[in-house]
Amino acid sequence: MADKLISKIPDGPLSEKWTKRKSEIHLVSPNNKRKLEIIVVGTGLGGASAAASLGELGYNVKVFCISDSPRRAHSIAAQGGINAAKNYQNDNDSIYRLFYDTIKGGDYRAREANVYRLAEVSAAIIDQCVAQGIPFAREYGGYLANRSFGGVQVSRTFYARGQTGQQLLLGAYASLNKEIAAGTVKSYPRHEMLDLVIINGEAKGIIARNLVTGQIERFGAHAVVIATGGYGNTYFLSTNAMNSNGSAAMQCWRKGAYFANPCFAQIHPTCIPVHGDQQCKLTLMSESLRNDGRIWVPKKLEDVEKLRKHEIKASQIPEEDRDYYLERRYPAFGNLVPRDVASRAAKERCDAGFGVNETGKAVFLDFSEAINRLGHQKVAERYGNLFEMYEKITASSPWEEPMMIYPAIHYTMGGIWVDYDLQTTIPGLYAIGEANFSDHGGNRLGASALMQGLADGYFVLPVTIGDYLSKKFAEPKTDINAPEFAIAEKAVQARIDRLFSIKGKETVDSIHKELGHIMWEYVGMARDEEGLKTAIKKIKELRERFYKDVRVPGSQFEFNQELEKALRLEDFFDIGELMAYDALNRKESCGGHFRVESQTEEGEAKRDDKNFMYVAAWEYKGEGVEPELHKEDLKYEFIEVKTRNYKD
Amino acid sequence: MDFNVKVWRQRNAKAKGHFETYHIEDIESDASFLEMLDILNEKLIREGVDPISFDHDCREGICGACSLYIDGRAHGPDDHVTTCQLFMRHFKDGATITVEPWRSSAFPVIKDLVVDRRAYDKILQAGGFISVRTGAAQDANTILIGHDTAEESMDAAACIGCGACVATCKNGSAMLFVAARVSSLALLPQGRIEAAKRARSMVKKMDELGFGNCTNTRACELECPKGISVSHIARLNREYLKAKFSE
Repeated sequence: MADKLISKIPDGPLSEKWTKRKSEIHLVSPNNKRKLEIIVVGTGLGGASAAASLGELGYNVKVFCISDSPRRAHSIAAQGGINAAKNYQNDNDSIYRLFYDTIKGGDYRAREANVYRLAEVSAAIIDQCVAQGIPFAREYGGYLANRSFGGVQVSRTFYARGQTGQQLLLGAYASLNKEIAAGTVKSYPRHEMLDLVIINGEAKGIIARNLVTGQIERFGAHAVVIATGGYGNTYFLSTNAMNSNGSAAMQCWRKGAYFANPCFAQIHPTCIPVHGDQQCKLTLMSESLRNDGRIWVPKKLEDVEKLRKHEIKASQIPEEDRDYYLERRYPAFGNLVPRDVASRAAKERCDAGFGVNETGKAVFLDFSEAINRLGHQKVAERYGNLFEMYEKITASSPWEEPMMIYPAIHYTMGGIWVDYDLQTTIPGLYAIGEANFSDHGGNRLGASALMQGLADGYFVLPVTIGDYLSKKFAEPKTDINAPEFAIAEKAVQARIDRLFSIKGKETVDSIHKELGHIMWEYVGMARDEEGLKTAIKKIKELRERFYKDVRVPGSQFEFNQELEKALRLEDFFDIGELMAYDALNRKESCGGHFRVESQTEEGEAKRDDKNFMYVAAWEYKGEGVEPELHKEDLKYEFIEVKTRNYKD
Repeated sequence: MDFNVKVWRQRNAKAKGHFETYHIEDIESDASFLEMLDILNEKLIREGVDPISFDHDCREGICGACSLYIDGRAHGPDDHVTTCQLFMRHFKDGATITVEPWRSSAFPVIKDLVVDRRAYDKILQAGGFISVRTGAAQDANTILIGHDTAEESMDAAACIGCGACVATCKNGSAMLFVAARVSSLALLPQGRIEAAKRARSMVKKMDELGFGNCTNTRACELECPKGISVSHIARLNREYLKAKFSE
């Protein structure tokens, strides 16, 4: 079945591929667009921008989200910024350089053509967002301001204080509201997709549960777009929102869509450390803090001891006794190395015993030098709200003492496999934003998630989906009374009935926490063959226990958050296993995936281009059964593949 | 820390609600209020009691989902935070804590502490946007915007749409919410052109949906987790009057 993996990358020079593809795609006339229905699942930056853009084009759109309003999607929590190759700073930035940084940052595991297109449309995203009335930060002269982010040497990140994701999402949500008012988009809040419906091999609709009434409902369309984000919550503790989940992606996977590079999960270096086992959520502190903050641990173990006993404060440790380990190890990039590199370096210091809090799992992020250099006001303007947020949570002021940070699961680069048109292996099924795998390879650079979500939703999908729909306008509306819908609905009902019938003693969260421990222990920052095999075994056992011991209280036909969580946890088992299988297969260290067996003498990640320069696309073979691997070879025609080096 | 949590229980929109009090022990002072509720829910489920429903999502104070009225204050006793950013160290050990949903006829209860805030979406659908297609806009630096203007617009745009202003207002008015959107857009050249029209249609929709009027008590400003200033209401009023005069 490997022939399903046709990437459809257009021929020709890199810089002309997207133009070429756009010119080939057939248009659909306005009177026919009205007849075509599209389902968009998810209302983050990808989903909201796609639904709004498709509505603007005149398609008939139904948009679904699990929250009470589209505006709550987790894109809202992105803090730092959005990249765009505007070169406003005249620092020799260009589309090529953004493309190159993204490919390199992704450790050469993303498609050249997709990434180039992402860089190519990035500038237009900023134009569009400004035109929507998004209050980006400005210079005193009235121009847009920029900052730097990890993994790059130019200043190309646009931002709105520490709330860039919020502002971009409110922009997309406003455009969506415009279309809802115009009648082209119908919004279904508090609805959760529970299955994909396929008719004659094509995606034709979804089964969703109305989360208020508990009714199972059928929705038909000519095409379905998945924009439901990533699967970081497999780890229970992550920076994802509590309700973020990978369920829609898993439903598509079980219905035949291939899932690519699941083991590529990003561990973000700057999160607030875990405070205790009652915790359910980790809080990210924006990577933008690494622009001016310096990361360090003490050089002497006796200072570490005193810190842990609260005998001294960090600010009392003299300069010469501090180890700015990122600046020491990576002089060229210093504190601005990519996330995977910064995370592993923090783990290395903490494993060596230099962790600065009681749990031994924290390092310092220090602003004292920046406050001296820039002054209080400038630092407050850049990071004021982040400092406040940190103080609210930890009751410690970053103005006086350095922040404490530790890595946490943050983003998943893997996702549903898509071709250049963002179509999955199922015709009529598309995946955009974090839900697909396409642009970030093994590691995503900071401020690139917002860029990708909006690139896909505003500029790519609305064009490429036309290629499919231009052949469909003569087809009648999908009949939701078709047997395929009935079968899918029955399967969903059986799943729900099974959960209620177990009547065990364990709560959903307590089992999810156990899954999280397995994932963090064996499929976390450092992975090896034995550990991964253990993970697969343990997840299998835990799933069995779940089906024996879980208690789902209440009933189906009411607002029931425990049922929602139980259904999602079933899917997290599948994702966890899939991640472990993929990590086991990928016997190289690459981006966010670090195999202990594959490292240099200095402990740096060792990539294996000879054997692993491919996208691992997995096909579902049944619950608990090993999935089948398909390979899409990655070809680098336009850039030279190098070892990632942030030292010089 | 130990607490008695007195919670509003209501099975669905039509059912009659009532308070129930639950005792909970061994809560870390660093735990957030919602983590305390998570732990309480774990306990209730194990005891065979229906867990307490409440809206929450990002737990970083930005999504606007959490919406609890705690000891008589929207988002509880700490200033300018959402419920998810409220920590148990703000309560006395052994305290009885009263937890209610937002109380407003425009936000009917769905279950327990969960309310229906779709009215907010409807207000924004009445005009809280720029009405043109923006996908082929000119270069972003073509129209300059002063630093301070952008900052002021951002102050208003920080609204998270949680509904605390409505829950706090004795009239159940959504003026601060509407003003935040109107003001943020009116300050920028891109939103300026439609400002008066936008103000008129959003206020009209707010009235239709059963929100009350603003009587300038400024309670909303005090309880807004993002500290949005009532000065934006003044700007909304100016735009609204302009729209009236141009009719």
